[in-house]
Amino acid sequence: MNQAVSEAANVVPMAAPVDPDTVLTVRNLTTEFTLRTGVLKAVDNVSFALRRGKTLCIVGESGSGKSVTARSILRIVPEPGKVTGGEVVLHRPDGDVRIHELDPKSAAIRAIRGADISMIFQEPMSSLSPVHTIGFQIEESLLLHTDLDKAARRKRIIELLERVEIPNPEQTIDRYPFEYSGGMRQRAMIAMALACNPKVLIADEPTTALDVTTQAEILDLIQELQDEFGMAVMFITHDMGVVAEIADEVAVMYQGRHVETGSVEDIFHAPREDYTKMLIGSAVRLEQPSPMKLQMQARRRAEPDERPILSVRGMNKVFGATGKLFGKAVEGVHAVRDVSVDLRRGETLGIVGESGSGKTTLGRCLMRMHEPTSGEVVYRGRDNETDVMALDRRGLKDLYADIRMIFQDPYASLNPRMTVQQIIAEPLRNRQGHGGAADIRDRVADLLVRVGLKPEHMERYPHAFSGGQRQRIGIARALAPNPKIIVADEATSALDVSLRSQILDLLLEFQEQLDLSFIFISHDISTVRYFCDRVAVMYRGEIVELGPAREVCDNPGHAYTKALLSAVPRPDPTQRGIHKRHRYVASASDARISR
Amino acid sequence: MTTTINPDGGTALSDDVVPIADARGAEVAGQWRLMWWKFRQHKLAMASGVVVLLLYLVAIFAEFLAPVDPNAFNPRYTYAPPQELRMSFVDQNGDRQWGLHVNGYRSEIDRETFRRTFVLDDEDRIPVGFFVRSEPYLLAGFIPASIKLIGPKEAGQPFYILGADRLGRDMLSRVIHGARVSLSIGLVGVFLSLFLGVVLGGISGYYGGLVDTVIQRLIEFIRSIPTIPLWMGLAAAIPLTLHPLMVYLIITAIVSLVGWTDLGREVRGRFLSIKDEDFVAAARLDGASEGRIILRHMTPSFLSHIIATVTLAIPTMILAETALSFLGIGLRPPVVSWGVLLQEAQNVRSVVTAPWLMWPGAAVVVAVLSFNFLGDGLRDAADPYAS
Repeated sequence: MNQAVSEAANVVPMAAPVDPDTVLTVRNLTTEFTLRTGVLKAVDNVSFALRRGKTLCIVGESGSGKSVTARSILRIVPEPGKVTGGEVVLHRPDGDVRIHELDPKSAAIRAIRGADISMIFQEPMSSLSPVHTIGFQIEESLLLHTDLDKAARRKRIIELLERVEIPNPEQTIDRYPFEYSGGMRQRAMIAMALACNPKVLIADEPTTALDVTTQAEILDLIQELQDEFGMAVMFITHDMGVVAEIADEVAVMYQGRHVETGSVEDIFHAPREDYTKMLIGSAVRLEQPSPMKLQMQARRRAEPDERPILSVRGMNKVFGATGKLFGKAVEGVHAVRDVSVDLRRGETLGIVGESGSGKTTLGRCLMRMHEPTSGEVVYRGRDNETDVMALDRRGLKDLYADIRMIFQDPYASLNPRMTVQQIIAEPLRNRQGHGGAADIRDRVADLLVRVGLKPEHMERYPHAFSGGQRQRIGIARALAPNPKIIVADEATSALDVSLRSQILDLLLEFQEQLDLSFIFISHDISTVRYFCDRVAVMYRGEIVELGPAREVCDNPGHAYTKALLSAVPRPDPTQRGIHKRHRYVASASDARISR
Repeated sequence: MTTTINPDGGTALSDDVVPIADARGAEVAGQWRLMWWKFRQHKLAMASGVVVLLLYLVAIFAEFLAPVDPNAFNPRYTYAPPQELRMSFVDQNGDRQWGLHVNGYRSEIDRETFRRTFVLDDEDRIPVGFFVRSEPYLLAGFIPASIKLIGPKEAGQPFYILGADRLGRDMLSRVIHGARVSLSIGLVGVFLSLFLGVVLGGISGYYGGLVDTVIQRLIEFIRSIPTIPLWMGLAAAIPLTLHPLMVYLIITAIVSLVGWTDLGREVRGRFLSIKDEDFVAAARLDGASEGRIILRHMTPSFLSHIIATVTLAIPTMILAETALSFLGIGLRPPVVSWGVLLQEAQNVRSVVTAPWLMWPGAAVVVAVLSFNFLGDGLRDAADPYAS
């Protein structure tokens, strides 16, 4: 059938697209990577069209080929990738340009890049040159594609910076990227992309590296600019919330193939393909507390257990403070400020906050992986009380068998040079009275089965496992010494959305079976709502709000929490609302008063 | 679509996809096997590895491979040119006869310069054989033997495939024996600097702080000293009465005194970058002791890098020995090394009249290039987990 379509396309003159609003047509695009093990079709027969003033979201999980699709359009596929088939046609008022026929290094395609089609990348840090000013970098594209003189170019750049809401553009034009925050850098990238009024804007996960509030601002900005200039936007993301918020049309990709395309309402409310259903399903599932959690909470209400298993009192952590250095004291960064919180037996305490709020530092300080500047931590795991701050090396070693950690990055946290058995057995080996090698082997096999892997996987190395499987290995390692408390630091952030709920369900199962208490550190409100009993919201090193998860997530009390929640995009196109969000601007002292 | 729906409503997907699964069993392959697979693709490095192996075999079995004793001199054949090893000859009847042989020499006096020159005499055939009897010797220094790989069937006949030097000594035998000293001084030197580099670099990287600062400043100080004058000064301090072997050891120590700084920095860098990896933090939380963290968790991650660096450091050592001996401040005769042999080729006259004196130079080039290519391949393969 595709054959027929493409043959028909060759016959019908391309100068007259069916829809006059179509600015870019992609038909049967195929991009292959020639690898040692064979040919990998990163993009396999993908077709779609971009329309003026409309946003097409390309969604898919990692490895689905969405970024390669974007790069194939601009012919900037990294080696050893090659566009091997299909056509990409740009419809301009003065005629069509068949991009797929252009040489990737030709002047013709360079005239299109940045002028007709621009691109924004994910990492605002690495896509800007650190040694040139922002103004200079935007000027580059004006210099290439327009014939404005120097003064006119500067005027235009200031206009652009003003347009993307960068404060004081007359001054900031001469600043360097390191003087910009992450959000400002992404704004500058957008200004650069818009410099020549492109017809198509390709945004490759432009908000993934940003906090939710900054993400909301950037999404708002792109939408405003689109309304104003009428460009077509191709927005690549894995976040279903973002899709629901901004998309007009959605194309779903899986393993390089195009699964289905439809209007945003159709995709969310009447998906046709199983894969789409699964994708939407797992995003929507995380919008509600887990059913298993609700049962557990009901049981807890029946027999309340308010005894804290871990108490933190007045914890402070200051990084980099020194005494008098050449007569001047260096103040340092106050990462955790006067935090007091209890973790109750069998409960899950969520800690949410944006990057730099001190949530990870708090998690590491209460295990004394970082030495807190002041404060006390009391652990009441067994019958006695343990003053964690007073423990010596040996004491900490015992404590680390009771309090375990699950790391964020399933790749960096497993030693690639040890087998799965060695990794999981490590906490057992290092403790006295662990029994013999055969006992350890049996225990490891048992743990592997419990986390959903097979005992015969024991001899394998981590590189033989996918991200989700690796995280399961990390969980098995955490469970090995029969712990009481698990600190999970962004344990699901690196995983695709369909795996996220699986891993969370697995952790819930263990919580029920083994009577575990969790400290769950996350920036993602939906996983916290799904998984936690109580939530502490951190802002600039302080806990600004602490309460039952339901209450904090659905009816927050503190202004910051309100602002944070209103910026979270929901995976439902009928509930668009981040442009109506609250903004929270507060100095550190305000935050303290309003608590 | 390979979508499966779990009974609880969740859906399993891609979690079951094993990224590496092939017939070779990559999922159970440890780092050394992965490195070997990666290294094997580097054809030049593979070939160089074979050459390096052969060079060391030559060094070990020097007595067996060298046709004569490297110090045996014969005033009759000073500066005798290289002979050609021939498979066959034509006899008086015009028939082709088979038999491995070399031609003997006839000396001629140049009427103008009155210089004696050697001319190969086609009539004079010296039969050559494999595994010929020789004077008894000790193979590799301790195995009594009296068989040479190749040599004239009748002992005492001239046999100079690579020519002879000023005293009529066989260049081939000397180059072969030179390999033993030149290649081993590289190893000894590198192991000494490896020891210093790993210990000092490791301490510097793992503990940091004041210790790190002191060691790094020391490294910078050592690197700021011009090396050749330093070597010359130190070599001048070696008493002339010492046994050549002692001199050899002292020279090695001198060379590695400067050589460890590179390795020290490399090791420190590895420690610094691995110290903050999540898997090291995980090991600490697993209750592993400091020693276990360093030896079991951190060392395997950079051991391969160290091996690659060491391989790249050996040619530097070989070149240093050659340079020092060439300048006359390193090894001295009667020790036979490539640098010592090249001393013979120090003046232009001898190079013009006897270009075969440069053969040790060729040996140095082959050895250094092989080590560099091998080291390059090892370095590329050293981290099989990098994407």
